[in-house]
Amino acid sequence: MTHFANSLRTGPDARGRFGGFGGRFVAETLMPLILEVEAAYRAARDDPGFQGELDRYLRDYVGRPSPLWLAERLSAALGGAKIYLKREDLNHTGAHKINSCMGQILLARRMGKTRIIAETGAGQHGVATATVCALFGLPCTIYMGAVDVERQKPNVFRMQLLGAEVRPVTSGAATLKDAMNEALRDWVAHVSDTYYLIGTVAGPHPYPMMVRDFQAVIGTETRAQILAAEGRLPDAAIACVGGGSNAMGLFHTFLDDEAVRLIGVEAAGRGLDTSEHAASLERGRPGVLHGNRTYLLQTADGQIEEAHSISAGLDYPGIGPEHAFLFEAGRVQYVGVTDDEALAAFQLCTRTEGIIPALETAHALAYLTTLAPEIGPGGVIVVNLSGRGDKDIFTVARHLKSGSPGGADLGDIL
Amino acid sequence: MSRIAARFAALRAEGRGAFIPFLEAFDPDRATSQAILDGMPAAGADLIEIGMPFSDPMADGPIIQEAGQRALKAGATLAGTLAMVRAFRAHETTIPVILMGYLNPILAYGAARFCTDAAAAGVDGLIIVDLPPEEADLLAADAARAGLAIIRLVAPTTDATRLPHVLDGAGGFVYYVSITGVTGTRSAAIADLAAAMPPIRRATDLPIAIGFGVKTPAQAAEAVGIADAAVVASALIETLAASLEDGRAGPDTVPRVLDQVRAIAQAIRAARR
Repeated sequence: MTHFANSLRTGPDARGRFGGFGGRFVAETLMPLILEVEAAYRAARDDPGFQGELDRYLRDYVGRPSPLWLAERLSAALGGAKIYLKREDLNHTGAHKINSCMGQILLARRMGKTRIIAETGAGQHGVATATVCALFGLPCTIYMGAVDVERQKPNVFRMQLLGAEVRPVTSGAATLKDAMNEALRDWVAHVSDTYYLIGTVAGPHPYPMMVRDFQAVIGTETRAQILAAEGRLPDAAIACVGGGSNAMGLFHTFLDDEAVRLIGVEAAGRGLDTSEHAASLERGRPGVLHGNRTYLLQTADGQIEEAHSISAGLDYPGIGPEHAFLFEAGRVQYVGVTDDEALAAFQLCTRTEGIIPALETAHALAYLTTLAPEIGPGGVIVVNLSGRGDKDIFTVARHLKSGSPGGADLGDIL
Repeated sequence: MSRIAARFAALRAEGRGAFIPFLEAFDPDRATSQAILDGMPAAGADLIEIGMPFSDPMADGPIIQEAGQRALKAGATLAGTLAMVRAFRAHETTIPVILMGYLNPILAYGAARFCTDAAAAGVDGLIIVDLPPEEADLLAADAARAGLAIIRLVAPTTDATRLPHVLDGAGGFVYYVSITGVTGTRSAAIADLAAAMPPIRRATDLPIAIGFGVKTPAQAAEAVGIADAAVVASALIETLAASLEDGRAGPDTVPRVLDQVRAIAQAIRAARR
């Protein structure tokens, strides 16, 4: 039962705004195309045939529903609430990203588009995009910052194996923000045949709404699974936030359930009070970038600053506009977790549950150290285990070798 | 009458099109870009467009991206850009100055304060690339109060049904983006440009400028044969970039850019209308 006067689940409005955030801040050349994507998406959403087709692909190709796993040893290790892991890492391609890719590729086909472009940070969205493009025989170009190409080599190779062209982006800091700039430039130059498959709940309207809708399957399944397992809703649901798609996917169904605490974990990098983090909400200010108004890391002059995180997927100076809205509304609590805390949680999850989480996901897991004792025995927490960490083992090895206690052995092996 | 309207009226009386050269403020440093700006009227500029550097110029190709990076490294800010216009206005009062850029630095400055300060500095119009008509109300009232024209972009993708919406609230002139693509990449075919003009003419009495892909004196002359003005940006920046020594302005930088401005201006003056 909701105690809110109005639902928080109704956004965005007709202009694509969640409160004061979102919108469509794109060049005129793209504007007609953005409107076309919106019209096509609304028509698809209302078409039972489209939903039926998507459901079939999600079940038989992606492998949904994903399990909700009671992590008993992790719960015991943290000495508090019962912890459930929503196993998005078990999806085909190893992360939640494919949920939205599948929806968007079906939409692109409906629109008659014959070429796909995407940006990627950690490479998970790039791999998922390359995968659905292989499945449907569409050529695809993935923009990836040159720095990320270097630190996510396994995913670069996977994309290439799948037939995608990976274009390293060297402008700016050569990370996710710059990859998104370059993808937008490509789209402007190829408006007639190309669909831009955005990987997160950001960008111009309708992307934040559409990607959220496609990811909302995470929360919808979780709600049914936790009711079946515990006979009640969880006390808290928690997810890491870069652009914020896995978090919106988990949170959306619970927004009007006031008793469910929702917690988004931003990357605090080397610390929130250093200049090296990716905490757009906790340390940023509202502004306009990549088609939407949202919280951004920026200078006093409005120049966008580089983010920092050990995790390439969280290394972005902005955040989806719906998160900005939920932050200001106070509905979701946003906290920061540092690189070191994420590394420790990465190891803890691996050794207690036999699950190697993505470094992005490890940020959400790290906050359990605070949250599980706080909620206490008898309580129930759901964590979105948004992706698997095979792609990160070299990064982790490098960091453990360089001096994190307890990690020397593993570091020496690699 | 506004400076922009007065200038187009005068050129119409002369029977020729307008040349609008572009420079990026603070590229490669404040003094050099001020010297280029100050030299442009004598070199034949009819209006001047000044780029406001932004870290993430999504509609720009590599040439203007790099100009923006050099400018930011040289300490470019919006306040600094306005100071350049103020210095220019100390000796030049008739040539319209248009600022072109992206929304975020303006929001950081404060939209209302920016419009007031820009108008006071002597700016006549704004082209904000990532502010389509759908979001224009963010700046419209402040710009109108300050007397700044909001110059709208029309693209090859803007169809006839959308055109009236795009032109609603447009001021100064219409900026026709001649290609689907970023700045400084390819050029439109003249036949395509010619075909794009009549629908815009039917929808507005404002002058039309053609930009994106106008590089040579010949292309500029062709553009003013079918439209009212030609904007040349990347080609001038390319000349500037080629003149740099270790990223710094050389003795040739200002004269070479202004020579090119002169050559394009002469071609435009020679073009029959």
